[in-house]
Amino acid sequence: MKKIRCALIGSGNIGTDLIYKIQRSPVLEPVWMVGIDPESEGLARAREMGLKTTAAGVDGLLPYVLEDNIQIAFDATSAYVHAENSRKLNELGVMMIDLTPAAIGPLCVPPVNLKAHAEKVEMNVNMISCAGQATIPIVYAVSSVQSVSYGEIVASLASKSIGPGTRANLDEFTYTTSNAIEIVGGARKGKALAIINPAEPPMMMRNTISCLTDAEPDQARITASVLAMITEVQKYVPGYRLVNGPLFDGNRVTVFMEVAGLGDYLPKYAGNLDIMTAAATRTAEMFAQEILAGTIQLKPLEVA
Amino acid sequence: MSADQSLKGRKVIIHDMCLRDGMHAKREQISIEQMVKIASALDDAGVPLIQVTHGAGMGGNSLQHGFAPHSNEEYLSAVVPKMKQAKVSVLLIPGLGTMKELKSAYDCGARSVHVATHCTEADTSPQHIAFARKLGMDTTGFLMMAHLNTPEGLAEQGKLMESYGAQTVYITDSAGYMLPADVKARVSALRAVLKPETEIGFHGHHNMGMGIANSIAAIEEGASRIDASVAGLGAGAGNTPLEVFAAVCERMGIETGCDLFKLMDMAEDLIVPMMDHMVRVDRSSLTLGFAGVYSTFLLHAQRAADCFGVPARDILVELGRKKMIGGQEDMIVDTAMTMARERGLLKLAAV
Repeated sequence: MKKIRCALIGSGNIGTDLIYKIQRSPVLEPVWMVGIDPESEGLARAREMGLKTTAAGVDGLLPYVLEDNIQIAFDATSAYVHAENSRKLNELGVMMIDLTPAAIGPLCVPPVNLKAHAEKVEMNVNMISCAGQATIPIVYAVSSVQSVSYGEIVASLASKSIGPGTRANLDEFTYTTSNAIEIVGGARKGKALAIINPAEPPMMMRNTISCLTDAEPDQARITASVLAMITEVQKYVPGYRLVNGPLFDGNRVTVFMEVAGLGDYLPKYAGNLDIMTAAATRTAEMFAQEILAGTIQLKPLEVA
Repeated sequence: MSADQSLKGRKVIIHDMCLRDGMHAKREQISIEQMVKIASALDDAGVPLIQVTHGAGMGGNSLQHGFAPHSNEEYLSAVVPKMKQAKVSVLLIPGLGTMKELKSAYDCGARSVHVATHCTEADTSPQHIAFARKLGMDTTGFLMMAHLNTPEGLAEQGKLMESYGAQTVYITDSAGYMLPADVKARVSALRAVLKPETEIGFHGHHNMGMGIANSIAAIEEGASRIDASVAGLGAGAGNTPLEVFAAVCERMGIETGCDLFKLMDMAEDLIVPMMDHMVRVDRSSLTLGFAGVYSTFLLHAQRAADCFGVPARDILVELGRKKMIGGQEDMIVDTAMTMARERGLLKLAAV
């Protein structure tokens, strides 16, 4: 079967893990890996795995986009360079999946709103953050039963799974995730907290999701909705697991989750890496299926 | 030469924690009126730095850390204009608080900040430290749960914070676990690598009764800033009790510039009467110190114990075993629920 050819930008933890996810996809094929450091481990690994590589940033990829028929690119660099990367690739008709907190395109959480984005043929969709992917489905599961005035999520992440880019830009992570709890999760106000824990052996990614409902929570319906959503997420992240809850205390609903990764690039504790790359891959697959079926067509974006 | 002679004439800047760490001991429930009254008394007693925020600092108002009756901005705006000599500081933990909130605190008159990270994660603070310096704030890098890193490891982390712009680096014994020899090893390791003009501070908790001894040990190795709290009002068994520390300093000839008798009166007349529980070393707070658990977990663990029927001490020991760190308060309820289920006290709502 024909596959849609992809480029990966950023050779850090996320970019490298993406190679594994995309190689397994029936509709996607990883072709290029873009880095900025010729000596980087990520580029070396990408070459070993059969990808073409450049250490000259996105500009090193541009001359090959058309001849190699690249149609989807994943950006796992930083919020600061994403806008420029996106502009250059969109001009060539490449659809952009943004794994940075830049969030210039619409926010995407696959089980909540992916279908709507694919139908609109968005040329840039943003994957929010690992914590966003792990928690917003649950916020949405509650807010789709009854209105939520406040959603708060706490993500605990193993120190070894957090790369230098995220560390140096924690505020961007906080802003983007908080905003997405409102826009995608459906809470009127959202707040995101991140904790980086250095315990050895590394702790599995944990997420606690709390929602305040306006009216007294309908326990049976909320529990059913949360469990159904967990099943949806498990379709692309099998290690997404309920540990405790839903716990009901007055108008507060709390759900305690754990995310085990597949152990592709980093070990299983780095569920945060997996849920991000798996969500991005699922998003790309949805677009790829539509492109292959001829229902959508990517067009170069005119840039003023 | 004995220690008391060698420290004679040393100048130490005392930083009061009643109105920040003390918020934890009050479940974040301190009124604006109490804030102003206490800060004014501290100012009058000559305490040069006073921290005023939610117990978890900027962005602390949350389900995770509790909601205070007022915003940080409201507290700061009420306290700052009343200060005659004291500077007001805030706490900022990256991942919880943001630069937007720091700017807003600055606009309300805060002029000093503790930028706090776990003791191995200093590299989550560069943007916040740099931003605080850009605002012209007295900027401290605050390495929490410092017993969980080696002296050499802490020195490396402190050096990073200095490179981002921190003017002071703190060893923070959040669990009240350290003994004087632990403090000395860590402060001297920091002193050996930091620039001479970079100050070193120590923030203690009294869970093992070591607040004063540890602070003096830090000064012996070159620390020049000490966090303390009048009557010890703070998380766990409280912080280093400020009036006791001031008395010890006075006997040793360490200069703090504070009025001892005013501090004593304040402890007795203002702080102790407002305590909801006696802040002291008891079974639970001693467990924190002994097991090396974040002091703020204490009241959360007691609440979870009441809810799920698992003793607080068992929960705290398990949290220590799982190496939970500051900010993971959600894991207290989670751990209590899991333990309750294992003990047949709780059925899982749904699997």
